[in-house]
Amino acid sequence: MCNQAVSLVAAELERQGISTVTIQLLREAAERVRPPRALFVPFKHGYPLDTPSDPDRQHAVIEAALRLLEDLELQPPALVDYEFGSPPSR
Amino acid sequence: MGDMNEFSMSVRLFLKAYRWRKIVPVPWTPLKKPLTECRFALLSSAGFVLPGHEQFDESIRGGDASFREIPSEVDVSKLIDTHRSESFDHTGLHGDPNLAFPIERVKELADFGRIGSVNHRHLSFMGSITAPARLIKETAPPAASRLVEDGVDVALLVPV
Repeated sequence: MCNQAVSLVAAELERQGISTVTIQLLREAAERVRPPRALFVPFKHGYPLDTPSDPDRQHAVIEAALRLLEDLELQPPALVDYEFGSPPSR
Repeated sequence: MGDMNEFSMSVRLFLKAYRWRKIVPVPWTPLKKPLTECRFALLSSAGFVLPGHEQFDESIRGGDASFREIPSEVDVSKLIDTHRSESFDHTGLHGDPNLAFPIERVKELADFGRIGSVNHRHLSFMGSITAPARLIKETAPPAASRLVEDGVDVALLVPV
């Protein structure tokens, strides 16, 4: 349900002119709800940014999300798989 | 891996029959300027509250669609995970709230110059909402309006 809730709020943010990127943990929900711009991550529920207390791994996920925002070729609904090895943003 | 197999049989059956709320049409706001010039906000559905916040109401049928504001200057160790779901492991959130509300990471991005700035407030929802009509009609619009009023350009939304 969390995946749906953030997707629905993302849609409202986009309607009001804010660009969004949404993390998604459950593919079934992402494909059916269709958040505007989403990064599907292969982590278990409760761990959307990978590993607790590991800033580099968390930054890697966030950086992948930011790159979706910068990809001007994406079309809605955009659902992109997270690829391990994305360099952190620092 | 975040998939159905993590859940109990009863939860899987519920999700299998659940009528997801399809977003139609899908709204789209392309980035209007470089991220280095954008103001950034976070939204988490982990049900985080701070001491003094009104608790999310677990008794509301279909879920509590209200939200709480989390200030940018929050001490993350003070964030309390109140997510009502027992379908996932809460251990990571308890040890490091950045896992679902990465405010320290976002501030670091501003320090690095990857993003322009961090908004002074962010939003916390309780994601366990099975009947989302109130979220769609009553609480998401004013929540979004607050960020618009703040001049937010970009938001990262994190479920659990």
